[in-house]
Amino acid sequence: MDVVNQLQRQFIDYSASLHREGFLDDQFTQLQKLQDDNSPDFVVEVASLFFEDCEKLINNMARALEQQQGVDFKQVDASVHQLKGSSSSIGAMRVKDVCIAFRSFCEAQNRE
Amino acid sequence: MARNGGVAWMRTTDKIDGYDLSTSDTEEVHVLAVDDSLVDRKVIERLLRISSCKVTAVDSGRRALQYLGLDEEIQKKETNGFDGLKVDLIITDYCMPGMTGYELLKKVKESSAFREIPVVIMSSENVIARIDRCLEEGAEDFIVKPVKLSDVKRIIDYTTTELREGEQREGARAKRRGINKRKQREGDDDLSSSPPSTLSSSTSSPSSSIQSATAPSSPSTLDSPTRRLKMTSSE
Repeated sequence: MDVVNQLQRQFIDYSASLHREGFLDDQFTQLQKLQDDNSPDFVVEVASLFFEDCEKLINNMARALEQQQGVDFKQVDASVHQLKGSSSSIGAMRVKDVCIAFRSFCEAQNRE
Repeated sequence: MARNGGVAWMRTTDKIDGYDLSTSDTEEVHVLAVDDSLVDRKVIERLLRISSCKVTAVDSGRRALQYLGLDEEIQKKETNGFDGLKVDLIITDYCMPGMTGYELLKKVKESSAFREIPVVIMSSENVIARIDRCLEEGAEDFIVKPVKLSDVKRIIDYTTTELREGEQREGARAKRRGINKRKQREGDDDLSSSPPSTLSSSTSSPSSSIQSATAPSSPSTLDSPTRRLKMTSSE
């Protein structure tokens, strides 16, 4: 039981720090509230879907950016847009903020 | 029920006779959720289930139309035209490849069978012009993502009220539809001042005050003014 308490405390501390450092925002807290006994793995499931989504989108972006004949910024932008959407739905604030910055680079057609 | 492509089924009951609003077992609202993002679909599905709704989630406008039975390629000749449960509310993402939420909204509003169904648009972009356009086309409401439980609760609340009022209005509405077809395009600013139940009485007085449509928008009390294309005034 002690171990469980310890782990719980660690989890709470870790969560709090993620919030403090701006990795997570209120939306994530909302999602946590949606989890209950009927859906005990909700957060894990959504997070997993998010990671899969991220992977796919980042691969798309990498491919688009590596194009020899010229980067298709529209495609990169589309992927970033989707990533921004998903990250904001899950509460991954930092990712979302990075996406916003990224998009302005796309608009400026700035490959660097 | 088999799982197909991007459609998630919850469970189906045999409510094929469409306007059976007073459901025998529960009064659950059946929502059709449309979003191309899997993460968003999962989140909205959960939000809706927690709000005691039945949810059918699909990944595109096309599939939504198929589900409703509106897809041109798949002719559904059932008189009631429902592929499954009657849909009480459609909630859709705006930015989707293929058919946008706006286009889906238009198609729903153009169909005589489904134009009554309230449609809510979600978008991550808070663009006034976009919001206006959607509301003008008949959207019930416009939610900016990320969607929160409070947003969902609010929508379900007035959809449920709508449904209850709908039972009373049904007859009045049918009559009104015939007479006042053009009025569908007119603004409904009056509604914000009058409680929904007044709608049934509005048929008897073809007043010059512009009453809105039959269609979706009645829940007045919300801060989403539904503006319609003004065609003519009263009869």
